[in-house]
Amino acid sequence: MTDEMPVLTMNKITKTFPGVKALSSVDFRLFKGEVHAIMGQNGAGKSTLVKVLTGVHAQDSGEILLEGKPIRPESPLAAQKLGISTVYQEINLCPNLTVAENIFAGRQPMRRGRGRSFWRFFFGGILSLFVPRIDWKEMTKRSEEILKRLNIVIDVTQILSSYSIAIQQLVAIARVLDISSKILILDEPTSSLDESEVEQLFKVVRSLRDQGLAIIFITHFLDQTYQISDRITILKNGEFVGEFQAKALPKLDLIAKMLGKELSEFSYATERDQRKMTATSAGKDAKNLLTVKNLGLRGSIAPFDLELDEAEVLGLAGLLGSGRTEMARLIFGIDGANQGEIRVRGKKSAINSPRNAMMAGIGFCSEDRKNEGIFSDLTVRENIILALQAKNGVFKFISPRRQLEVADELIKSLAIVTASANSMAGQLSGGNQQKVMLARWLATNPAILILDEPTRGIDVGAKLEIMELILSLSRRGMGLIFISSEFEEVVRCSSRIAVLKDKVKIAELDGDDINETSIMRTIAGGN
Amino acid sequence: MSRRRFAGSRNLPVLVTLGLFIIMFALGSIAFRGFFSPQNFLNLFIDNAYLLILAVGMTFVIISGGIDLSVGSMLALSGMVSSYLLEKAHMSPLFVIPIVLLMGVALGLFMGYLIQTFDLPPFIITLAGLYLARGLCYVVSLFTIAVQNPFFESVAHAQVKIIGDNFLSAGALIAIAVVLIGFFVSRYTKFGRTVYAIGGSEQSAILMGLPVARTKIAIYALSGFCAALAGIVFTFYTLSGYGLNGSGMELDTIASVVIGGTLLTGGVGNIFGSLLGVLVYGIIQVLVVFQGTLNSWWTRIVIGFLVFVFCLLQRLFESRKPTSLAGSSVAKTVAKGAVE
Amino acid sequence: MTPLKSLGRNKLLWPLVALGVLLLFNLLFTPHFFRMEIKQGHLYGNLIDILKNGAPIMLLAIGMTLVIATHGIDISVGSVVAISSGVVALLIGGDLKGVPKYPILVAMAAALVVCTLAGMWNGMLVSRIRMQPIIATLILFVAGRGIAMVFTKSMIIWLYAKPFALLGQGYVLGIPFSIYIVLFILLLTFIFTRRTAIGMFIEAVGINPTAARFSGIKSQNIIFWVYTFCGLCAGIAGLIVCSTVMSADGNNAGKLFELDAILAVVLGGTSLNGGKFYLFGSVIGALIIQTLTTTIYALGVPADVAPVVKAFVVWAVCLMQSPRFRARIVRVFARRELST
Repeated sequence: MTDEMPVLTMNKITKTFPGVKALSSVDFRLFKGEVHAIMGQNGAGKSTLVKVLTGVHAQDSGEILLEGKPIRPESPLAAQKLGISTVYQEINLCPNLTVAENIFAGRQPMRRGRGRSFWRFFFGGILSLFVPRIDWKEMTKRSEEILKRLNIVIDVTQILSSYSIAIQQLVAIARVLDISSKILILDEPTSSLDESEVEQLFKVVRSLRDQGLAIIFITHFLDQTYQISDRITILKNGEFVGEFQAKALPKLDLIAKMLGKELSEFSYATERDQRKMTATSAGKDAKNLLTVKNLGLRGSIAPFDLELDEAEVLGLAGLLGSGRTEMARLIFGIDGANQGEIRVRGKKSAINSPRNAMMAGIGFCSEDRKNEGIFSDLTVRENIILALQAKNGVFKFISPRRQLEVADELIKSLAIVTASANSMAGQLSGGNQQKVMLARWLATNPAILILDEPTRGIDVGAKLEIMELILSLSRRGMGLIFISSEFEEVVRCSSRIAVLKDKVKIAELDGDDINETSIMRTIAGGN
Repeated sequence: MSRRRFAGSRNLPVLVTLGLFIIMFALGSIAFRGFFSPQNFLNLFIDNAYLLILAVGMTFVIISGGIDLSVGSMLALSGMVSSYLLEKAHMSPLFVIPIVLLMGVALGLFMGYLIQTFDLPPFIITLAGLYLARGLCYVVSLFTIAVQNPFFESVAHAQVKIIGDNFLSAGALIAIAVVLIGFFVSRYTKFGRTVYAIGGSEQSAILMGLPVARTKIAIYALSGFCAALAGIVFTFYTLSGYGLNGSGMELDTIASVVIGGTLLTGGVGNIFGSLLGVLVYGIIQVLVVFQGTLNSWWTRIVIGFLVFVFCLLQRLFESRKPTSLAGSSVAKTVAKGAVE
Repeated sequence: MTPLKSLGRNKLLWPLVALGVLLLFNLLFTPHFFRMEIKQGHLYGNLIDILKNGAPIMLLAIGMTLVIATHGIDISVGSVVAISSGVVALLIGGDLKGVPKYPILVAMAAALVVCTLAGMWNGMLVSRIRMQPIIATLILFVAGRGIAMVFTKSMIIWLYAKPFALLGQGYVLGIPFSIYIVLFILLLTFIFTRRTAIGMFIEAVGINPTAARFSGIKSQNIIFWVYTFCGLCAGIAGLIVCSTVMSADGNNAGKLFELDAILAVVLGGTSLNGGKFYLFGSVIGALIIQTLTTTIYALGVPADVAPVVKAFVVWAVCLMQSPRFRARIVRVFARRELST
């Protein structure tokens, strides 16, 4: 990082999609020989900014300057030709091809002429002079050289899938850099790596940086950002918050800026007002609903303990990628834990499928409404009674009349806006679909209800309704686990909060500690 | 190719097939007199020349992750059209053969276009192709047309001596040539490697900038070409065109390719494996014939059983592979955008 | 919604319209199509033929509907028809005096048991071993005919036991007996899927398998039983086929039935991607196919040519169901509107 001109400048980039302003006059600059992290929560605009830079979308206004010259990449391939390479979280290589082949796919070295191989006999020497063929030996040699520059020595003739994700990622980096290398974008590269693999990746990244490459690093892992980045740009809700030197930005400030708060804004008074909505903590006589001991799954989340009593709302707070959904999925049996135990109402339960969880009295609203929740081609009525019907079994069919009764009742009590119970669920707005999912589980009368981001992507009015609902359900005795990316919401609704960071449950907060500052401090790891 | 590469685990399926073939040949030689002879081995190529050619085309299709159910009917149609043009229209083989080959390519291109451009399921589209070709056969003629064209007759009876008195037919030689060319294309051309890439991960192939759309359409054209060529070779073999020919051949082809170690899910497979698969298919039939008392349909059952075993092994092999990462939305959008 | 609009939304409308168009075509171009006579106490005519010949496909379509609704497919139904034919013919026996080897009902029951087991086999492969449906049912597709041929000892078994003929050739109140069977199975399936939760579960599994699992539905079991049921339907169809010709031909029974069944289901409104299914629509779809075949025959064209027409219908239907194709059409029209 010197005072020279940035290799990349993005000025006042604005991009709007129908209904949402993804980027609003965002600035970004990148220098040679630096690692620059882009950080922000959900909807911040990180991925949109990258898509604009790599030619997936064209910006509505603003300009991109590469080495001082304006560019308008029309496609990822065009961007790559300009020197902008991207390696995505999902390794976009072919697992069935060898390492060498992956590096050279589409641009394999060719040769003519005789070779020391079987083909000399087949072609009788003459054809082999005219028909170009892939030069596997050359490909192997050059691949080994390319990887050596990244300090990697592996057998490039083995197929890619025989190597760990970490190695595969390095191969992906090697490929894009060999094609063109002014700017390298790494999109969530460490999500599937363990500690030693992360360190290996970082060694490579640092050496590339020292060689003068400009690197954009997108991640949601706080600690890693500080380990690898020289500079950090923060986005929030599509707006540019600021660009900072990593050395000069304390963790707490980073979190505060990502969430859009200034620490000085906090006053005790505000927080006291906010706590008016807090659920009454469960009294000492409250019965225990759920006890989780040492529950964990390799590759998902570190083993954790958890307890939930009647009339409690347990909030799970953490940044994106901290492991909250993973925790919920383990409790509900979507992912089978490979260690630990779950007890519901004191009884040990083998919860290894959603069905078992449901029969044990647990319900779960997924954060991915579209792919894991709503049946868009079924009616609202069918969507609502489905879990209840599954609980009853195939033969205890709920008559259409009774279905309608149940559905209408829930539509009313949750204020679901729909033309009728027989409208298609796919036509409802996001907020109403959320309520339908909620209704589905309420119909089964669960003892424990897990809600994963029930307030995401819905309007303010609906958000408040849902939070009120959570509190009223807990007052009726239900135990709830509430996940939200908005700390403010978690604080409002929870009687206790479990804090997660980087796939580990690090602390629990209750009583006076239920406020946003405490959460952020806990995540930042001390004062 | 170094020996180190050959013995790798991914060549295991082909070695299994080779082992299977050797065992069967050995068993046959022990059990039946006259089984163990070079001509018996060469006859496998002569009698299954058409299947070899079909298998080469089908291997490419299946490696790319698709399937082509029309090849058997195209074989019949190509035989039918050749016979008709030779005998009824009195055209010279010089014209007939290219016309028929072109016909195979045309149907393949059409189906490949539908499949690629509109993202339609290859299974249904090529099954309709099967119907089309079968029906067209009967449009040409409901009955057998015997071929008496002198060129075809001389080719049909030609015997190319290999070692001593052992010979191969012209059809077998064509088949072997197709296998060798197929192997070269699959291993030494960019087209061939793109086929493997598509089968491994189409999304990645698109993002890597490979010419996926072009290649996918070309694969079906290639399969159609092979089917038409196989039909001509079959006409050499039977000296007739008949609408009921090729019935079920697509399945024999798929079975041979699967037994040869190609994964039906795509990305893995090779031409020599398919060659061995056809030889296994052929030798099962020979064993059943030599046995004498077994219903010849036992071939079908044994093939079906082998396919089951291989598919099962493939499935178990798949479930032990490391799970892939959840796809990032960026990559998926990029891939989609790149296609449209 | 106006009555007209709600009528247009009714999924049964379009298949009925298609059928109506076909019949109208016949009215205009082949008036003798509708001629009916009374011979030997029951009706004769093209319309009756459609019902009689269409019965097996209607049955297959009923079973196939549920399989496709779960986003699956079963290409083995034709082979299972052959197996059913073979088993029942074997057990009844070809005694010239018509004395059955085993009681006819026992033979029929045995055939149905075997076919149900075949369906369970498919169901197990798809639901437990998690094979792709096309690959899983491919195995029986290949081996099934071989198994059928083993049962019939690769001969065509001719039956003379008169009571058995009632199934495929009998008439009750002037209408073919087989139609009563179809109606019975249709009503039974309809009541079972709509009066218990099964129908909703099947649709849920097809629309969103993940959400279905999360909602506590036992997806694996549902998938297992739909394939089992499909096998049973194929078994019943096989009995009717065998009874119609009073013979079992392991090679040709049920040939190409699978595409007819799939086409019938698709024409009837059920999408190949699974989800909402329409049993009555599938039966109408089968009627459409049969009417098409009979129309071609009535026009004097050999019925063997019908597959050509079917092929184009399949391609057209696939295109219609493809979102990409529809988007293109919309774009073409939008451009035209802009330029006017």
